[in-house]
Amino acid sequence: MRKKVTAMSRRQFVSGTAGTLLAGAASLGFPGIVRAKTSVRIGLVHPVTGFLAFSGSQCRTGALLAIEEINSAGGIHSMGGAQLEAVLGDAQSKPDIGAAEVEKMNEAGVAAIVGAYASSIGLATTQRAARHGIPHVVDVCVSDTIVERGLQNTFRFCPGYGTVARTAVDNLVKINEAAGSPAKTVMIVHEDSLFGTGTARLLSSALPDASFELVDVIRHPNPTRDFNNIVLKIRAQKPDIIIPASYYNEYILLARTLSQYKVRPMAIYSVLGGTASSYKFLKEFPRTAQFIMDCNHWYDPSHPAAPELRRKAKERGLFFTYELFLTYCATRLLADAIERAGTDDRAAIIGALGQSDWSDHFMPYGPTKFLNGQNQGARPLNTQILEGDIKVIHPAEYATADAIFPAPALG
Amino acid sequence: MLELELFIPATINGLTNGAVYAVIALGLTLIYGVLHIINFAHGSLLMLAMYGVFFLYTLFGIDPYLALPIVVPTMFALGYGLQRGVISRASHGKDENILLVTLGLAIVIDNLALYLWSSDTRIIDTPYAFATIEFGPVLVSTPKVIALVAAVLIAVLFWLLMTRTDLGKAIRAVAKERTGAELVGINVDHVYAMSFGLGIACLGVAACLLLPTFYVTPHVGFAFVLIAFTVVVLGGMGSFMGALWGGLIIGVTESLGGLYLGESLGQIGIFVLFILVLLFRPTGLMGQRS
Repeated sequence: MRKKVTAMSRRQFVSGTAGTLLAGAASLGFPGIVRAKTSVRIGLVHPVTGFLAFSGSQCRTGALLAIEEINSAGGIHSMGGAQLEAVLGDAQSKPDIGAAEVEKMNEAGVAAIVGAYASSIGLATTQRAARHGIPHVVDVCVSDTIVERGLQNTFRFCPGYGTVARTAVDNLVKINEAAGSPAKTVMIVHEDSLFGTGTARLLSSALPDASFELVDVIRHPNPTRDFNNIVLKIRAQKPDIIIPASYYNEYILLARTLSQYKVRPMAIYSVLGGTASSYKFLKEFPRTAQFIMDCNHWYDPSHPAAPELRRKAKERGLFFTYELFLTYCATRLLADAIERAGTDDRAAIIGALGQSDWSDHFMPYGPTKFLNGQNQGARPLNTQILEGDIKVIHPAEYATADAIFPAPALG
Repeated sequence: MLELELFIPATINGLTNGAVYAVIALGLTLIYGVLHIINFAHGSLLMLAMYGVFFLYTLFGIDPYLALPIVVPTMFALGYGLQRGVISRASHGKDENILLVTLGLAIVIDNLALYLWSSDTRIIDTPYAFATIEFGPVLVSTPKVIALVAAVLIAVLFWLLMTRTDLGKAIRAVAKERTGAELVGINVDHVYAMSFGLGIACLGVAACLLLPTFYVTPHVGFAFVLIAFTVVVLGGMGSFMGALWGGLIIGVTESLGGLYLGESLGQIGIFVLFILVLLFRPTGLMGQRS
């Protein structure tokens, strides 16, 4: 029987030790070259299946477009050109699945996470990411609870529904006053998860303070198969303004049913997610979309980078929706933080995000400045469908058209 | 809020929605009645039919109602082929295997649709999509009235098929006593496949009736199939008239529940009714006692 030789000879020991010392010294002297990581893993959690699949897929594409651009521009320069590598997760439109995806991403060793489109899912993913100290950039989730739980890892680029609801009511008052205050009554139709319920609650308390009479608040589940009853109620109560706060599929059914029953209020004024911020709806239903107003996430129309991204989305047969461009920006914001951190260490990235003053984006927010995880400059814009296009009507510094209010009668 | 101005249109609206639920449930109940299995792929096959109607309209300009003679036979053939080629072969005659095979089919079809057509919400804009019929102050959507009439017609046609034709007799014979039917020379495999085919053909009808007012996504089946299961159990598993009445009752309950309790809470009405029927008539409204 042969004896297995495991002992190390003197010569092997000397050469091995010298090699290790040399490599160690080199890595201290040239950290960027020798210790360069070839890739940095970024987790993308979105609901790409289930009832939110359309919006979730748009988010995912936005993030992938950003990663593609960053990689083709040389990756993370401070890490020797490390490429960003997307780790994809599907929340299946359910918060618990979103949280489970975060666990998988933690196992996969992601440096950070971008997600999760819906507020209810984002609430779960940010919390689970916090448990593992993973930085989480929130793309579209608007519930303010997301940034009010003191989670150190959570950073939201876009405005929350508190800011959006306040801005929406302020701007509605201005638009109404400019027309001689013809609108007196308002009705809210909202979906019954975190986003719609929270938005409706904020609007319900702000509207009476702005001298609007709130005639009814109607909630509906996802999916809602039929909007006839809701429109019957709207028809019976004849509000001057209808404010929907629903996801896309339900929104199209509501807008179509309103058209069908010939309900034309002075304004359909959507808060967060409406026709006046959807090129898709505009293309498919130009007549129904006409004159609808939104207060929503929207880009600075004078910025040259937005049309460029819109062109890229179009090349892929996609619509340029706020889901797509917000997640694109959120991913670039994260890449900027990794660039400044110069490492894929999670704590270092959280530190860099907290100090972020990123301004290389096309949103009307100015340089980023985070307080308790919320970007302080984030704000929505008011848009309206006019002449077959989406125009910004408020505030004046971004406006590309004057608001038409009240909407002309049908016919 | 008990004004007739709201109550009457909401009831009519409930009937029209219920009619579509009934058509979907008719297929489900036929498959259950004969094959004694619950077809878990029902929602996915409805989604396929809806994509079929969508593409016939967008690519060839064929109106959803005129697409009926294309979609219904295609769905029938698909159902027949699936039963003979996949379900019966893969299940080896065991009921629990059939359940799993239909569940597997659902997963494959859903993901294939997601891969082929993405999760994009698609909807068609027919010239009559916004048409309404006015009865005094009451406005009712024209495509929904068409759906109601068509659903009743389909139920009657089914009833005639089952009671007046040899195929109907064979289906009933196989449903009652498989071995006996085999002994008198009925081709049981053919009858199974015909039943599955007819059940899936119903989905073709439902798709043509739905598309003028509804959207299609790879997950659209879920919105209807749970309600169709409820209709089948409520009406009595295997009963056609039960499916029709069950669909209409569920539609009206949902609509009035939504009107008076709110759309979110209104769904409770369906399940309260469901539990009550199961408590007092465990075989469903028109189910036969075993």
